Amino acid sequence: MPKVKVDGVEIEVPQGATVLQACEMAGKEIPRFCYHERLAIAGNCRMCLVEVKPGPPKPQASCALPATEGQEIFTTTPAVKKAREGVMEFLLINHPLDCPICDQGGECDLQDQAMAYGRGHNRYDENKRAVTEKYMGPVVKTVMTRCIHCTRCVRFVQQVAGVEEIGAINRGENMEITSYLEQALTSELSGNVVDLCPVGALLSKPYSFEARPWELRKVPAIDVMDGVGTNIRLDARQREVMRALPRLNEDVNEEWAHDKTRHCVDGLLRNRLDRPWLREGGKLRQAGWDEAFARIAEVARGAQGKVAAVAGDLLDVETMFAAKKLLASLGSGRLEGRQTGLDYDFANLAAVNFNTGIAGVETADAILLVGTNPRWEAPLVNTRIRKAVKAGARIFAIGPEVDLSYPVERLGDDLSLLGNLPQAVRDAFAGAARPAVIVGAGALKVPGAQAATLALVGPLGLVRDAASTGTGQGWNGYNVLHTAASRMGGLMLGFAQPGGIGTIAEAAPKLLFLLGADEVDLDRFAGSFKVYVGHHGDRGAAGADIVLPGAAYSEKHGIYVNLEGRVQYSERAVDPPGDAREDWAILRALSDVLGKPLPFDNFHQLRDALFRDHPAFAQPGLVAFDWSPPSLDAGAIPKGTGITYPIADFYLTNPIARSSPTMQRCSAEIVHGRDFAEAAE
Amino acid sequence: MLEDKDRIFTNVYGFQPWNLKAAQARGDWDDTRALMARGQDAIIDEVKASGLRGRGGAGFPTGMKWSFMPKEPTPGRPNFLVINADESEPGSCKDREIIRHDPHKLIEGALLAGYAMRARAGYIYIRGEFIREAETLFAAVQEAYDAGLLGKNAAGSGYDFDLFVHRGAGAYICGEETAMLESLEGKKGMPRLKPPFPAGAGLYGCPTTVNNVESIAVVPTILRRGGAWFAGFGREKNEGTKLFQISGHVNRPCVVEEAMSIPFRELIDRHAGGIRGGWDNLLAVIPGGSSVPLVPAEQIMDAPMDFDGLRELGSGLGTAAVIVMDKSTDIVKAIARISYFYKHESCGQCTPCREGTGWMWRVMERLVKGNAEIHEIDTLYDVTKQVEGHTICALGDAAAWPIQGLIRHYRPEIERRINERRGEGEPILQAAE
Repeated sequence: MPKVKVDGVEIEVPQGATVLQACEMAGKEIPRFCYHERLAIAGNCRMCLVEVKPGPPKPQASCALPATEGQEIFTTTPAVKKAREGVMEFLLINHPLDCPICDQGGECDLQDQAMAYGRGHNRYDENKRAVTEKYMGPVVKTVMTRCIHCTRCVRFVQQVAGVEEIGAINRGENMEITSYLEQALTSELSGNVVDLCPVGALLSKPYSFEARPWELRKVPAIDVMDGVGTNIRLDARQREVMRALPRLNEDVNEEWAHDKTRHCVDGLLRNRLDRPWLREGGKLRQAGWDEAFARIAEVARGAQGKVAAVAGDLLDVETMFAAKKLLASLGSGRLEGRQTGLDYDFANLAAVNFNTGIAGVETADAILLVGTNPRWEAPLVNTRIRKAVKAGARIFAIGPEVDLSYPVERLGDDLSLLGNLPQAVRDAFAGAARPAVIVGAGALKVPGAQAATLALVGPLGLVRDAASTGTGQGWNGYNVLHTAASRMGGLMLGFAQPGGIGTIAEAAPKLLFLLGADEVDLDRFAGSFKVYVGHHGDRGAAGADIVLPGAAYSEKHGIYVNLEGRVQYSERAVDPPGDAREDWAILRALSDVLGKPLPFDNFHQLRDALFRDHPAFAQPGLVAFDWSPPSLDAGAIPKGTGITYPIADFYLTNPIARSSPTMQRCSAEIVHGRDFAEAAE
Repeated sequence: MLEDKDRIFTNVYGFQPWNLKAAQARGDWDDTRALMARGQDAIIDEVKASGLRGRGGAGFPTGMKWSFMPKEPTPGRPNFLVINADESEPGSCKDREIIRHDPHKLIEGALLAGYAMRARAGYIYIRGEFIREAETLFAAVQEAYDAGLLGKNAAGSGYDFDLFVHRGAGAYICGEETAMLESLEGKKGMPRLKPPFPAGAGLYGCPTTVNNVESIAVVPTILRRGGAWFAGFGREKNEGTKLFQISGHVNRPCVVEEAMSIPFRELIDRHAGGIRGGWDNLLAVIPGGSSVPLVPAEQIMDAPMDFDGLRELGSGLGTAAVIVMDKSTDIVKAIARISYFYKHESCGQCTPCREGTGWMWRVMERLVKGNAEIHEIDTLYDVTKQVEGHTICALGDAAAWPIQGLIRHYRPEIERRINERRGEGEPILQAAE
């Protein structure tokens, strides 16, 4: 632990810290553009110059200089001030003065630092440089004249996203950041370069010229596009969510968010259900709440307890809890959340949890992916796996070939391999200190596959106690990768039946509640009276007999449990449109009409009741599930049993995304881009 | 004056063939095995004793540089020698002559230097424009391999050493040692941050020493004739012989090997046939390649041509590429052209150089015509100071120094042009009234 002096104040810094980090620890602000904690050090902007003794008699780039014992660092000397002014002047001479029409205005590093460290006047009388725009796809808009060549975007796509699609061409003052052939970036993480860009060179294309940062309400929320539970900030103006940005959470999403998280928000305005609908003569017509409720009550009376509810992928815990209570009052416990027909065993929640943890995966040294495409099912888990690979982990995979942005040793698309793993895999796992298996929905769908993966726990040594790891902490390398934001919360609430949704279909319920459930095969429920409670006019609403307009994730407070069992609270950013109401309130109102009023009259009472019944939800953070996997009959999986990944199109996985013009554009260009290009020829 | 018997580069004019047979007749590859048998540390000590300072321009003691290399390379992380033949500095043309006419001096030196620093392999990075020279070098290396002088059991010494020739693609910045490593690795030639220095983490992250062609090529002779012999030339701390490359307004431009510290006047009179139009016609000299500040005639005439002597004049020896300018030279335009060169060759990685070189060049172009204000001279000087010392590599310094030299010594000339142009404007104004 070296001791250094920063402006005369002695502090101790961790081994390997840089001078810049030492200065920050001492409470000194060091201006920077190219330096970013999560990217490799480039040292090219030269804004972070400080004076260091001992050292050469010129200012040093603090971001790249290791802090060493006895160093004296000066951050406020005239030489440092002059150096910063000089670099700032250079950055500004070719930067356009178009702040009034720049979307970065108000949240621009260059603007802020020019105010704090610049000279305030201009000595440059030559013409400014102009650079042509570069096409980077549907979510990234470019104004390359503003670029200050910090190369954060280049480093991000290469190091974090794992696609080498942004780079710098030419040299000197002709250097340009470009996507080379000017095709859309194929990374689902491309939107992050917009956040990383310290100036207005890379901007959010859907958000361009929409709003100014100072007129936005900023609400902390949780993303529902996948099971990761990305921490986001919804920026709203009046009744509209203008954009979604990631919030920092080292355990979950670090500071990244994928493009669906960021840009599905324009889908929140389109295709919305803003009044109740009622099917009459085979056609849906607009109706009032009373009329709709009366119709449901009529069916409910005749249902004799033959009622069921299916929860959708985007649902918050409160809605599911209210539905569970409602169904209980009607004498039914037929609840299911696994819309697409998964029927894995859920007796032990730890056995269906992502036990290693999202952050934990990056420490794994051998990983076997079974029937999962994490790049699409949970992009931010994929970045962690990528980190593990960079740290030396070996990755094996069973399933069809997909590009995961890191090297993978493909074992083949054959689940029967689980009972007969190749020797190379066994050897790699035998030598691994932190081995992990990640099981995706693609595998869980196959009968016997869950049992076969659980059977690997012993032979591959996936679960180790603190004594055997020698790190003071145990290790659980058995992971199930869920794709739905509602899944773990639903399983904790009991939204699952042995046999899955098939059991519910066999029971032929008279009354079926579809709670934002849009992926259900409704043909199996032809005889049921279907009530859809949700926010988008998608597949569920199209097949329903009654449609009740609910609230999207941005329009309600809600609890979500992510795939690693982390309870997170989301806040409401805007009101639901038109007559739409928060889902729990709809169910509460309906219960009145049914004559079985639910025991809560407002949201607080609902949460109190929830916490009473399920204390695990009361505390944000990881829920501790006891590891006691069920002993399942590991029937042999027939040779050659292939896998179909659950996500066919990353950008169109849920009703919000399907309604989003941006996501449709991404899908067309990035997922189906090759077909499009060929068709055009 | 250096006597013929003390010349290292005996075929620098190409009077004899470059090939192995001719080279051996000149004494190259003469019992190299015995030189290596002295041991690695003995070779480094001998080079240290010779006082040899790096011939690429910075003048860092070569023997000391070698001693930074790990004595026992860890398995999987071999030591590498990289030889910088990316000679692109305007004015410099010594490595070209060595490779053209005496490549075996370089190859033998590579083996000896590589052996001394425990390198498994050496890479010669040759400038892309040197097409014929690269052909010669490829052929010479092949000759050495065929004769068993390189490769396994090189020169019968029992040491394995491979030597590869890599051609550049025409970027000046790849002559910077870390940019050269990037380029060798197949990446864009952009200088790396230091630390880590190449001796710690260089080519492919392995310990690496980058040396200039001349530094390596003189090593065999130093070992044969002894460090003391080499140290017998020149002033203290500036020992040895050096290839001077005299170009510009002299009667006979040439590349010549001379003792260090030779007075400028003697160097020019003896080897270059004197200044065009006589000594009174000398205006200024850029003594070490385009990146060092110029020195006005009266200061340089009797100055010793070595590292320290020229530093005292506010300039530097650089590669000893002496650019002589007589009074017919438009000195402002000359420096503006150099500014353009650095603007063109800046890699664009770090801010002060990327933005500053263009700025400086544009102002220089206006100063050539006097199309500026007097205070812009001070602004320009300030800009050069803002670039100097604030960049990742030395290209920023190299771009700044010539302009600083110009302003330091020729400010009156710049002001005269500005005033003259203004003077032309006045009659028009009067007429308008």
